[in-house]
Amino acid sequence: MLNDEILLKIEKPARYIGGEVNSVMKDKEKVDIRFAMCFPDVYEIGMSHLGIQIIYDMLNRFEDTWCERVYSPWTDLDAVMRKENIPLFALESQDPVKEFDFLGITLQYEMCYTNILQVLELSGIPVWAKDRFGDDPIVIGGGPCSYNPEPIADFFDLFYIGEGETMYRRLLDLYKEMKTAGRSREEFLREAGKLPGIYCPSLYDVAYNEDGTIAAFAPRYGDVPATVSKEMVTELSDTYYPLKPVVPFIKVTQDRVVLEIMRGCIRGCRFCQAGQLYRPLRERDVKVLKDYALEMLKNTGYEEISLSSLSSSDYSQLPELIDYLMEECNRKKINISLPSLRIDAFSLDVMSKVQDVKKSSLTFAPEAGSQRLRDVINKGLTEEVILNGAREAFEGGWNKVKLYFMLGLPTETKEDIEGIAKLSNEIAKVYYEAVPKEKRQGRVQIVTSTSFFVPKPFTPFQWAQMSTKEEFLDKAYTVKEAVRNQLNQKSIKYNYHEADVTVLEGVFARGDRKISEVIYRAYKKGCLFDSWSEYFDNDLWLQAFEECGVSIDFYTTRARSENEIFPWDFISCGVSKEFLLREWKKALDETTSPNCRQACQGCGASSYCVGVCTEEKTGVSK
Amino acid sequence: MKLRIKFSKCGPMVFIGHLDMMRYFQKAMRRAEVDISYSSGFSPHQIMSFAAPLGVGIASKGEYMDIGVDSLTTSAQVKDALNRVMVEGVKIESVKLLPENAENAMSSVAAAKYTISFREAYAPDFDLFGQIDDYLAQKEIRVVKETKKGSKEIDLKPHIYEFSFDNEKQEVSLLVDASSSGNIKPVFVMEDYYRFCGRVAGEFDFIVTREDTFTNIGTDEKPDFVPLDYVGEDY
Ligand code: SF4
Ligand code: SF4
Repeated sequence: MLNDEILLKIEKPARYIGGEVNSVMKDKEKVDIRFAMCFPDVYEIGMSHLGIQIIYDMLNRFEDTWCERVYSPWTDLDAVMRKENIPLFALESQDPVKEFDFLGITLQYEMCYTNILQVLELSGIPVWAKDRFGDDPIVIGGGPCSYNPEPIADFFDLFYIGEGETMYRRLLDLYKEMKTAGRSREEFLREAGKLPGIYCPSLYDVAYNEDGTIAAFAPRYGDVPATVSKEMVTELSDTYYPLKPVVPFIKVTQDRVVLEIMRGCIRGCRFCQAGQLYRPLRERDVKVLKDYALEMLKNTGYEEISLSSLSSSDYSQLPELIDYLMEECNRKKINISLPSLRIDAFSLDVMSKVQDVKKSSLTFAPEAGSQRLRDVINKGLTEEVILNGAREAFEGGWNKVKLYFMLGLPTETKEDIEGIAKLSNEIAKVYYEAVPKEKRQGRVQIVTSTSFFVPKPFTPFQWAQMSTKEEFLDKAYTVKEAVRNQLNQKSIKYNYHEADVTVLEGVFARGDRKISEVIYRAYKKGCLFDSWSEYFDNDLWLQAFEECGVSIDFYTTRARSENEIFPWDFISCGVSKEFLLREWKKALDETTSPNCRQACQGCGASSYCVGVCTEEKTGVSK
Repeated sequence: MKLRIKFSKCGPMVFIGHLDMMRYFQKAMRRAEVDISYSSGFSPHQIMSFAAPLGVGIASKGEYMDIGVDSLTTSAQVKDALNRVMVEGVKIESVKLLPENAENAMSSVAAAKYTISFREAYAPDFDLFGQIDDYLAQKEIRVVKETKKGSKEIDLKPHIYEFSFDNEKQEVSLLVDASSSGNIKPVFVMEDYYRFCGRVAGEFDFIVTREDTFTNIGTDEKPDFVPLDYVGEDY
């Protein structure tokens, strides 16, 4: 453990002491495998993540394994550790990470990549996988960013592609078996690379064309699979779930019981990666969820519970679940924090019961400002639906609205962009129409936010050209101007962010192995905690790209041909490239696609034979 | 009905600050299924109040909080139920039922007793014992105390009730005012004493443990300090 003096000097020592409620202690002499599970960001962020709690719980249910947690030390402790040569340790045992068998790193967003290097370096583990040997921990990545692992492939021994519940047991058994048999690290990695869902970067060779695109990507050995298919839980009601999640002492971002109600999404918005990666939609049984909710509340003592999933309104048993939770929680004085729901009579009723209407706000995510562009991105939210929902809500007493849009979507025109301001204005207008003067609580407050669009792998927009920083900012100014020209401009607040980070995200999202050198250099120059605006230093990044001779535009603004081999093509997330290409062409054609409950689009995920793929279809109504 | 709960806090838990301890206990009440009372209103909160906040880094054998409950079981039941859900380093020492008219925990605090030892490599390089009597024999002990409103000069002397040094254990024992109006931090006294001895105390010299927190059942002139849970009863 860090000595008292250090703990007293640094900010929030509770980040580093472990010992939280439900954290798992084991006798290290009595386990075969020690697993350090890392979220490469500060404790408060990492502790808020459900995925880690799931894996932590699962691995600790294995008697032969002790899984412990590791987070990025904040900059204050980072400096102390470097100065005093203190190795990074896991929270539970406080033992150095370097002594562990595995270091698992979850990859939730691209901007954590330099923190991976921090964790490796502070642990005393060679940063480059090729430099590791013997007893160094096996460094394994997982999570959404591992669907294009190539920009960080050289830092990892293995990646786990897909949902963690299914393949870890086999991986650990293999590890134990080979370790007992005295086999080498290389031999283990070679065998691991043959397991379903496990990708071992060092077993593959990449050849490039002269223009920098990929000419070939192939395994080095005949017995290593050419395609790595994602692992997926087929029966969500019958798998691991952390009924005793670790409860932090300090306030963290997600400080409540989290109930994951389903995985996957039926909607197929064309910009959305999650909507494709986790196909097909699978629901968790409502009875199971009710039991989980009570048990988790009892085991943690939390005063709040929230539901987690993509597009929660699509959960078929939502009314039953929410009714149940409202009753139980009311009795137990527990708050329900609702996910963002489609605004309709049901959700407004629920919201009015669990939130203070005067303080809460309505959320709409039309994502694009015009119907034309919403058709391009396949966001089935019409202006009529939004305005009707808003009207109903205003009549019910709400007067705050949050709107989310994206800028830089494929085919976007000036009219589409100005449409953002117009739609905001229309909503304000509805308020003044719907609510008589004497009933108004001041002005309606509309907060319109835009983010910049980043084309992501495994989406129909993976072929799309991304905007430059200047274009992004121009678009934001256009919105700003347009808002100023609206009649109700005083009721509309417009927010947008800097574009530098977005550009980098664009590079990492569709990057290849050439990017790892850039990340390494940027880190060496001092880049760390890049997702924290106060630490993000764009100039250092630009220098790193320059020094490595890597062009940003190649990854962001470049047009990609239909038959280009993408760095992530060797991974199968269940959705075929043909399907994505079909959707890309439909997008350019401004044609929408029905959702998975209406009609199957033959995306390929039905090969898993579960969830929504096996449901009868309703057909497209209207 | 009000219960007074005494707990101790040691080990790494000393790094958990006062507000986080309150949050910790709110959750613990739910885990232990204590029938705690709630305030009314849109977002009800538990009826719970703490006696004297403890600084980060300080261990304690005598912390107190009062809670309201809607039904009574027994002292032992509540104590065991809570101890079953505690983390290592926090222990429930006693649970007492307060008489109807009892003053709340916070306002009944009069004094706290501390033991102060020295962090390794920071032991005093002078005879610490030697000058305590001289120090206390001063007519006044004028010091500048920093408060939220700025600094002011006060006389420390009436706020120090006991100050002694155990040579064998190399430990200082200090009983000082801990009331909300005159709370004295133990390190503050040590720093001033070091100054008196012509020394400068370092930031990390002392390991402080609060031994107990007291209320005064005597008078201001003739105080009679008893632990805070003295006023309650087992039930
Ligand atoms: S509704 Fe659209 S944006 Fe939301 S998760 Fe589903 S596909 Fe993605
Ligand atoms: S196969 Fe059909 S139903 Fe299944 S996820 Fe794909 S589009 Fe949806």
